[in-house]
Amino acid sequence: MALIKCLNASRGVLRSVGARYLSATSQKHAPTEMYVRDALNSAMDEEMNRDDTVFLMGEEVAQYDGAYKVSRGLWRKYGDQRVIDTPITESGFAGMAVGAAMAGLRPICEFMTFNFSMQAIDQVINSAAKSHYMSGGMVTVPVVFRGPNGAAAGVAAQHSQCFAAWYGHCPGLKVVSPFNSEDCRGLLKAAIRDPNPVVFLENELMYGTAFPVSDEAMSEDFLIEIGKAKVERVGKHVTLVSHSRPVGQCLEAAEQLASEGIDCEVINLRSIRPLDIETVQQSVMKTNHLISVEGGWPMFGIGSEVCAQIMEGPAFDYLDAPAIRVTGADIPMPYAQVLEDGALPGVKDIILSVKKTLHIQPITESA
Amino acid sequence: MSMRHFIKFGKPYLHTRSLLRGKYGLQTCTHVAKSTGVQPTSDGNNFIGIPHNCVTKLEFLEPKMENTIPVYQVLDSDGKIIDETQDPKLSDEILLKMYKDMKMLNIMDGIMYSAQRQGRISFYMTNYGEEATHIGSAAALEMRDLVFAQYREAGVLMWRGFRLDQFMDQCYANINDPASGKQMPVHYGSKDLNFVTISSPLATQMPQAAGAAYALKRTNPGTCVICYFGEGAASEGDAHAAFNFAATLDAPCIFFCRNNGYAISTPAHEQYRGDGIASRGSGYGMLTIRVDGNDTLAVYNATRKARQIALEESRPVLIEAMTYRVGDHSTSDDSSTYRTTGELEYWTKTNNPVTRFERYITNQRNCWSAEEDEKLSKDCSKQVIEAFTAAEKRLKPSPSLVFTDVYDELPVNLKEQQKQMREHVSAHSQHYPLKRHEPL
Repeated sequence: MALIKCLNASRGVLRSVGARYLSATSQKHAPTEMYVRDALNSAMDEEMNRDDTVFLMGEEVAQYDGAYKVSRGLWRKYGDQRVIDTPITESGFAGMAVGAAMAGLRPICEFMTFNFSMQAIDQVINSAAKSHYMSGGMVTVPVVFRGPNGAAAGVAAQHSQCFAAWYGHCPGLKVVSPFNSEDCRGLLKAAIRDPNPVVFLENELMYGTAFPVSDEAMSEDFLIEIGKAKVERVGKHVTLVSHSRPVGQCLEAAEQLASEGIDCEVINLRSIRPLDIETVQQSVMKTNHLISVEGGWPMFGIGSEVCAQIMEGPAFDYLDAPAIRVTGADIPMPYAQVLEDGALPGVKDIILSVKKTLHIQPITESA
Repeated sequence: MSMRHFIKFGKPYLHTRSLLRGKYGLQTCTHVAKSTGVQPTSDGNNFIGIPHNCVTKLEFLEPKMENTIPVYQVLDSDGKIIDETQDPKLSDEILLKMYKDMKMLNIMDGIMYSAQRQGRISFYMTNYGEEATHIGSAAALEMRDLVFAQYREAGVLMWRGFRLDQFMDQCYANINDPASGKQMPVHYGSKDLNFVTISSPLATQMPQAAGAAYALKRTNPGTCVICYFGEGAASEGDAHAAFNFAATLDAPCIFFCRNNGYAISTPAHEQYRGDGIASRGSGYGMLTIRVDGNDTLAVYNATRKARQIALEESRPVLIEAMTYRVGDHSTSDDSSTYRTTGELEYWTKTNNPVTRFERYITNQRNCWSAEEDEKLSKDCSKQVIEAFTAAEKRLKPSPSLVFTDVYDELPVNLKEQQKQMREHVSAHSQHYPLKRHEPL
C-alpha cells in the first residue's frame, strides 16, 4: 500500500494564501520521493529536451513559472520560443495550439484551470477531437491540453468544476486523470508522445503532495500506457474505483476499514478515456461489490459510466448488491468552508458506502 | 488624383487608382518593435508600450465613416488597366489558367447545385461572384504555403490542382474520397495541396492559422499561411484572438477577408458598425489593405505583396477583399427572400469578376476570343458532367470505415463494434444496401 505523506492534509493549511504558492525547496525530498508538481515539471522538461517540436503555452507559464509553479524553470531553460505566455484568450490560444499541432509541432496547451477551458471547448472538441476523423486521417492534432481540474479549496463554483465526464464523453480525445507522482510522470510523458489530442486533468490540491517514486519512474523513457488502470491496493470484500485525488481518499478509507476487518480493493483508473473496464470487471468478479468514487457531479458522470459498463459485461452476474456511486453534491460549489466540505465526498462517505453495500451496521450513522 | 465612385449598399466607396506613395501606401501603420527580449520602458515618457503623448483638449476619436479606407483597384469594369504601373504583366499562360479555372468553377457549381436540388447530394455551396478572390490570391502564393479556408474557397483548390473528380468524390462521399465520406459536401481537404480540411464552426480556423504560421516560422521558414474568412465570421471571438495572437507572436500569416456583403441573410451593415474589417487591422498592429475583390489583378498584386512582407518581416497582414455573394448562402438558403433582384442583377451583369477578367484578356491582352470562350464553356460542361456521372456511379466506402480514424489506431471497443457490425450485416444482408458499398 502506498504511503502518502500529505503536506496539506488539513484544509486549514490550504486556505492560507502562502500554501497556494508553496513550492518545494528542492526537486525531490530524497532520491525516492517526488512532489506531484515536480513530477509534472520533470516530465515536461524531459520531453522538451528530447523533442524540439514540443513546446509549452498558456497564461503565466513563462516568466511567472506558471500560475501554480508547475512550469518553474522551463522558460529560463528553453526561452521564448519554447515556453510562451499567451494573451488572455482561451479560445485563441487553444485554437493556436491546434493549428500549431496541425502544422507539425507538439504543443502542450495549459489552461489555468479546466474551468476556463469552457471558453475554448469548441477548439478542443470540434477541432482537436474531430479533425482526424473528419479528414479521414489526413489531419493529425498531437496536442496535450493540461491543467488543474475539479475542486480546489475555497474558490467557489466557477473554479471548482470537474470536467472528466465532459471530455470523457467525446470520441477522438484521450482523457487522463493521474493520482500520484508516478502517474503524473508516466502519463504526461505518454500524453506528449501520443499522436492523438490528450486532455490531461491534474489536481491543484495534489501539486504540493510528495509520493515515493520507483527508480523505473525516474528514467527518461518511463511511460504509463494510456487506457490502463492500476490496482493500488489488493482486497477481497469490495472494489473501490476512483480517479485523481479521491483515489487517496479511497486508500485512507481502506486503511481505516482494514482495522475493522474489511478488505478493500482500490482501483486507480488513471485514464478516463479509454476506460479500462476490464480491470474493474476482474475486481468485481472477485469482490462482488462495487463502489465508484469521484469529485464530479453525480449525473452523467464517471461513476455512471462505470456502472453502465459493468452492467453490460460479465461482472454483472457477480454483483451481490447494486453498485453505489459516491460523488460530489449536485450543486454548484459553494464558497463557505463548511458548505464546501459538505459538497465533496470525504473518507467518511466512502466508509459509509462500503458498510452500506456490505450490510454492516456503521458505528455512527450520522452523516 | 480623381476618384471613381459607385454605390454599394447605399454607401459610396472610394476607389484609388493606384497603390499610393509611401512604402505601403496611404494606410501605413507603424509597426511596434518586436517585444522579444526588449521591454518598453515605463517612465515619464512612456506608459507601458504607449508613448506619453498627452493633450489638453477633450476630444473623442470618431470612427471615420466619411473617409473609409480606400479600395485598391487595377482593372476597371471594362477590364482596362487603370494605372499601367500596377499591371503585374502576367504571362498569357498564367492568365489563361486563371480564366479557365474561374469558368470551370462556375460550371462545376452550376451542375453540383442542380445535383443537390435533384436529391443526388445532400448539400452544396456555390462560389458565384467570388471567383477573383480565390484565383487572384491562390495564384499569388506558392504551393507550399498552407491554406486555412472557411468553405467558400473552392477556386483556391482548383488553382492548386484539385481535380473535378476529387471535388465530386468528396461531395458524393464515395470510395475515392480521401476522408472516406466522413465530412459533409464541400468540406474539402488535401494534404498534398496544403489545404487544411474545411471545418464548419466559423472562424475556428483563424487562431489555428496563427498557430500554424507560428509553427512554420520555426520549422519551415519561407512558408507562409493564408487564412480565408468572411466578414460575418470576423465577428467571432476567435477572429479577435487570431489577429491579436498573430500580431503579438510575429506570425507570417495573411488574413484574407472575403467581405461579400452577406452572412446568410445578415447584410454587412448589420454585422458591424465600423469601417468593415480593414479598419480593425491597425488596432491589432497589423498591416492592412482593402482591395476590389472582383478585380483579379488587384487581388493578385495585394496577395503577392502581402506574402512578401509577411515572410520578410515575420508579421501578419490583413487583406479585406470587397466582393459580393451572387449565389445563395448554400442549398439550404433562398436569398430571394432577403435581397432584391435589382441588386443581384448589378453584381451578376455589371460588376462580375469573371466578365471583367475576360474583357482584360480578350481586349487588352489579345490572348482570348469569343469563339474560344464558347468552346471553353462547352468543354467545361462536358468535363464536369463526365466527372459527375462517374462520381455518382462509384461505390460508397465500406461500412467498416465508420469506425476508423477516430484515433490514430483502432481502439479495442471500436474494433469489437466493427466486428459485431460485420457479423450483423452479413447475417441480415438482404436488409442492407450492400451493393452500393465497397465490401465490408
